Amino acid sequence: MGKVLWACVALIGAFAIGGIALHRGETINAMWIIVAAACVYALGYRFYSAWIATRVLLVDETRATPAHRLNNGRDFVPTHRWIVFGHHFAAIAGPGPLIGPTLAAQFGFLPGTLWILVGAVLGGCVQDMTVLFLSTRRDGRSIGQMARDELGPVGGYAAIVGTLVIMIILIAVLGLVVVNAMKHSPWATATVFATIPIAILIGLYLRNIRPGRVLEASLIGVALLLFAVIGGGALNEHETLRTWFDYDGKPLAWFVIIYGFVAAVLPVWLLLAPRDYLSTFLKLGTIFLLAIAVVVMSPDIKMPAVTQFIDGTGPIFGGKLFPFVFITIACGAISGFHSLVASGTTPKLISNESDVRLVGYGSMVLESCVAIMAMIAATLLDPGVYFAINSAPGVVGATAAEAVRTITSWGFPVTVEQMTELAQQMGEETLFARTGGAPSLAVGMASIFAGAFGSKMLAVWYHFAIMFEAVFILTTLDAGTRVGRFMLQDALGHLWKPLGRTSWYPSVVLTSGLVVAGWGYFLYIGVVDPNGGINILWPLFGIANQLLAGIALCVVTGILIKQGKLRFAWVSAVPLAWIALITTVAAWEKVVSSDPRIGFLAAADQLAARLAAGTLPEAQAAVANQLIFNQRLDAVLAVILTAILWIVIADMLRISWRVVRGLPVPPSSETPANAAAPAQ
Amino acid sequence: MTTARLRNWLRGAWRFAQALVRDDAYDAYLAHHRHAHPETPPLSRREFYLREQERKWSGVSRCC
Repeated sequence: MGKVLWACVALIGAFAIGGIALHRGETINAMWIIVAAACVYALGYRFYSAWIATRVLLVDETRATPAHRLNNGRDFVPTHRWIVFGHHFAAIAGPGPLIGPTLAAQFGFLPGTLWILVGAVLGGCVQDMTVLFLSTRRDGRSIGQMARDELGPVGGYAAIVGTLVIMIILIAVLGLVVVNAMKHSPWATATVFATIPIAILIGLYLRNIRPGRVLEASLIGVALLLFAVIGGGALNEHETLRTWFDYDGKPLAWFVIIYGFVAAVLPVWLLLAPRDYLSTFLKLGTIFLLAIAVVVMSPDIKMPAVTQFIDGTGPIFGGKLFPFVFITIACGAISGFHSLVASGTTPKLISNESDVRLVGYGSMVLESCVAIMAMIAATLLDPGVYFAINSAPGVVGATAAEAVRTITSWGFPVTVEQMTELAQQMGEETLFARTGGAPSLAVGMASIFAGAFGSKMLAVWYHFAIMFEAVFILTTLDAGTRVGRFMLQDALGHLWKPLGRTSWYPSVVLTSGLVVAGWGYFLYIGVVDPNGGINILWPLFGIANQLLAGIALCVVTGILIKQGKLRFAWVSAVPLAWIALITTVAAWEKVVSSDPRIGFLAAADQLAARLAAGTLPEAQAAVANQLIFNQRLDAVLAVILTAILWIVIADMLRISWRVVRGLPVPPSSETPANAAAPAQ
Repeated sequence: MTTARLRNWLRGAWRFAQALVRDDAYDAYLAHHRHAHPETPPLSRREFYLREQERKWSGVSRCC
């Protein structure tokens, strides 16, 4: 009976994928994608994850997990698996899987969708699950520690440097997304500003009024946030009030930078923790709502399966389909960042080893679903509209008329009237050149919600979506700044002891300032760059994230080989080889390509030549030197990231070689099965 | 009968939501503390909450 059922799932899945691949019409219904995705996930979860658990990892249900052995009633607490699933999912799902697919939709809906499905089932889910399992077997040690223990000090340091770099780039690019969403939008700006006092209010409630009653506090907070969205709309109607919230990119960038610094040095209970509760609520609620809405509405996908931009001339970011679709969509397919969570909080909650399948593999399946929904939201827009929203003025032209002409000439008709009407419906001044993915995603989400729930409140849905994205981007921003600060304090503590004291205020201010200055620099340059900044920052972020995945997969592969499971090592080695290939090729192209839309150095040279010839417009000439320096710096970063990845791979291969030759290697750091609980 | 079942179901859902946001963390801590360190007084709910926030945000707890 079971076999028949699964054979049906496989057949339906194959039929849906075949249907998508062979489809030759103007539009295709999103239901095809949803069915194909559901079948792929179900098969991957039912068979591949079960096989990995029983045959490769040798999950042992009778073995005591650290949550039981080290139970301290605080971080080590045996927890029901669905609760751990909820926590883990909330921790790994951020804005990444929403933005990546939105940007990658420039290649058409098919390449990104296939990569999300295949990458998740064979790569991302496997990474998350195996790292979670290995960390659970090692008392919840971090991926950096495991790299140090199992491979050697080189891998450990590489993981730390990689994490710091990814954090800086990630925060900068997310900050840029928020800035672009708020630019000259009083409604969005006022709503995002309002989230700050609301979070503080909830923080005070949780500390002073009803300590630790998170559920009720969050419900109050979410109600206030919804009120803020509607209030923002009312404010937008007011002639003078709206001008108070109408800003250009630069002041907004400064606002984000100052905000990030203040949030990072304030106590966590005041701002960070309460906002995280609110964002988690919004995140889970919105994703749930979006899933229902997508199924109810089952929209038509208007984007072609594959566009001409696979040749590398794409307006949103330059570069060919290979390798750039794989770099652009990291979260949702495979995201190295997850390995930090899977080897942090989560393993300390796992109450039985058999739960790692649901928590590790299952959470990533759900995150991948989110990426698929983002892809649907981006591709249900008229392609012309999608490109008009997401293309920077440096690419399509500064005026609306020019932009419309350029985009229509690509075969994606769009008119100024159409864009004006859409902007009016969404309650915005303009939707031209709103790069970063958030506005176009919000337009898509608003259409889905309005279409499914038969509502005419497009503008409210749009700003709800913007607020939703902004709230968890701001959480990532100061959570990331804090993590960067801790790592920096740890490193500087070796130079001068007091700097390493995490509670010494001067050190807190200094190191927070350094981290904020790091991402603030990239954010600021991104804002002044006429090509939109996303074109530079997103690929760098993708490379950094995949680098971290590469390190995690190296650790997994190394451990499998050390355990004598060479014949199963392909489970992590194949995704690793793919990651190494795409990151290296992408970094190579970003550095040496002679196309200034792709190569950092080519772009710097072109800009320098035009500056010297005096052919740059005045506004651009003023910032040209900064842009030139930044492009060269980005090239150096890309080289460093790739070098780190290959150093870790070499280290892993060295260990593997020694294992195969029977030479001594660092001993396994696994906690023995019969380890007793430490004396209380 | 059906209202009683509905009420039961709602209570279950509320409990699950509470567990999901770890509203039950303090009770779990108290139970553990009573069992493991009966000789020392436990933290108050507020102290526990503040200390847990500090610990939780001292590492990587959110992704991109």
